[in-house]
Amino acid sequence: MDWVNVAVQGVLLGGLFALFATGLALVFGVMRLVNLAHGDLGILAAFVALFLLDSFSLGVFWASLASIAIMFCVGYVLQRGLLNYTIGTDDTRPILVTFGLSIIIQNALIMQFSADSQGLDAGAIENASVRITDQLAVGWYPLIVFGVAVAVIAALQLFLNRTTLGRAFRATSDDQEAAELMGINNRHIYSLAMAIALAIVALAGILLAVRTTFDPSQGPFRLIFAFEAVIMGGMGSIWGTLIGGIILGVSQTLGAQAFGAGWGIFVGHVVFLAVLAFKPSGFFAKTVTA
Amino acid sequence: MSILEVKDVDVFYGDFQALFSVSFSVEEGQTFAFIGANGGGKSTLLKTLAGLLRPTSGEVLFQGEAINNVPAHTRVGMGIALVPEGRRVFPSLTVHENLLIGAYGGRKGEWNVESVLELFPLLRPLIKRQASSLSGGEQQALAIGRALMSNPHLILLDEVSLGLAPVVIKRIYEAMGHLVQKGTTILVVEQDVQHVLTVADYVACFLEGRISLEGQPGDLSSEQITAAYFGM
Repeated sequence: MDWVNVAVQGVLLGGLFALFATGLALVFGVMRLVNLAHGDLGILAAFVALFLLDSFSLGVFWASLASIAIMFCVGYVLQRGLLNYTIGTDDTRPILVTFGLSIIIQNALIMQFSADSQGLDAGAIENASVRITDQLAVGWYPLIVFGVAVAVIAALQLFLNRTTLGRAFRATSDDQEAAELMGINNRHIYSLAMAIALAIVALAGILLAVRTTFDPSQGPFRLIFAFEAVIMGGMGSIWGTLIGGIILGVSQTLGAQAFGAGWGIFVGHVVFLAVLAFKPSGFFAKTVTA
Repeated sequence: MSILEVKDVDVFYGDFQALFSVSFSVEEGQTFAFIGANGGGKSTLLKTLAGLLRPTSGEVLFQGEAINNVPAHTRVGMGIALVPEGRRVFPSLTVHENLLIGAYGGRKGEWNVESVLELFPLLRPLIKRQASSLSGGEQQALAIGRALMSNPHLILLDEVSLGLAPVVIKRIYEAMGHLVQKGTTILVVEQDVQHVLTVADYVACFLEGRISLEGQPGDLSSEQITAAYFGM
């Protein structure tokens, strides 16, 4: 029963990985931009929430909501004011610029908050659990995180499939120039995509910060896990990131159970490499050719 | 008043000059045809009119207004629609979604999904299919229908018959006749001279980035056209 328990924990953890990965997949899908600062921006959001919590007497819920809203705006401005100028000409430019951004964010956070580990306290919900069978209990908090991840991914998919703006996202992804001929301002679409991506990664960063401790150096780890989830799920598939996240989560928790606590992340990477070797396009890759 | 006036326009791709001091004007309701061999500058001209390329000098006036600095996505709302070369339908979207996207930045008017399907009945059974699964002719009909969804004053058609079966080309030219009846101004670019001379009110031939001949089709002899086309 231990193994089942551990696997369930892994699935729930996968929801959080997927939440980190969703924005990365969205941005790559809409504008082929690889955002190396994605993980750091999630961690930044956690620090913003912490700062708001400490500075104003907001509750953790409202501080988190405010942080998500702030990151939405940051995403729009960042894309419109900086990243739009890096895309289209040369694939290495956005990589270099977002890599620089990643370093700036990490160091700014260290200067402002020090390198110490921090935590966001959400109260009793963090430790409450629900008993499913005699031997199997699941924490409410991981369950809620997983539920939030599924809800966010479903909402994003619905937005892309059913709304006029979502259609414009997909049209821009298919053919940016043809989309412009339809009256779609691609710079605005790209900026909205980044805004949505950062709002989602802000949510992920905050949920992570409540679950465990966090510090300014964690962004790159989150980025790697997010990449692994996106690639295993299949580029361009939003639901695929959830599957990829779950595979990664289960691999990590089962690996830790089998070989000891330190081996979980290692086993996660090995499973990722195995998927890359045997199914390099991932499980749900959407490949459409004209 | 001319709906479109182009005055001394130069266009470059980097260091390469593609158009040299091109001037012409198109009257409201006219069907204006550009012919010429590959690389003559026809597609460059249409891209410039749609706003995808900017002239380095000269002026483009649409309904009397200078639009040199108006971006492509704003020109659709003014009533200029381009059916690009190679059709460029959105492959992952359905036929219905492609048509809906056509109305994204466009104007209100008589064209909607239903009237486009009446013009191109072949699209009706395909409405839920992904555009990538359509044949070339079906994609071309979709590309024209998508452009019509923006209710343009001026529609720019770039090589709409290229690579299509004769029966499909016939249908597309029939559709063009239908647009003329509705008063839409058409600017069409073709390599296939025979077809286009049957529908055009006015024709201009491009050679190496310059207009080498222009006039009403009835006034031009086939020798003149051949000479202008090949530069002999």
